[in-house]
Amino acid sequence: MTPVLSFAIFATLTAYAVAMALAVYRLLRGPGAEDRVLALDFLYVNGMLALLVLGIRYASGMVFEAALVIAIAGGVSSAALAKFLLRGEAIE
Amino acid sequence: MTTAVVEAVTALLLCASGAASLVAALGMVRLPRFFQRMHPPALAATFGVWAVALASMLYFSFLGGMPVLHTWVVACVLAVTMPLTTLLLARAALFRKRQEGTVDVPASLRGS
Repeated sequence: MTPVLSFAIFATLTAYAVAMALAVYRLLRGPGAEDRVLALDFLYVNGMLALLVLGIRYASGMVFEAALVIAIAGGVSSAALAKFLLRGEAIE
Repeated sequence: MTTAVVEAVTALLLCASGAASLVAALGMVRLPRFFQRMHPPALAATFGVWAVALASMLYFSFLGGMPVLHTWVVACVLAVTMPLTTLLLARAALFRKRQEGTVDVPASLRGS
């Protein structure tokens, strides 16, 4: 792995970390419940991206399944949270 | 030579994804209203994810000497789930803001 790629991976992971910290600020601050759900959604997308980038870093194909599971479970959980906000219950 | 080119393109894609994610987070923190804040995360979920998926496909295809394209599935899954989530969340937010009686929310078309 060339220094260019390892530096780019470091920079990308740092950018994700900063983005996640900003999302955590939005998650804690609110002001509404919708904002918190949105921030959580953004957090799981970023976590999945960080996992994929780490997969490139360690040249491992194993993280792909984990990323896929995060993508599916995160999407379903965000939809359930949005449904909860809409109706007051997740499953009717 | 080829290794350097492939790794440089991968690095470029990764940096683009990181920048997209950062811009999305900044937008989510700085924009004043919820319906404006809904837009930036889509940047990370489309451009960011596609850039990382392309970088991963390129790098692993080069590393393995054959096409390794399965990261594509992650981007496709997100392309299906993300609009659904966003739409549901927008409807929920609109409903809740109407219930609260916020002034700057459009009224229901059915007539209250």
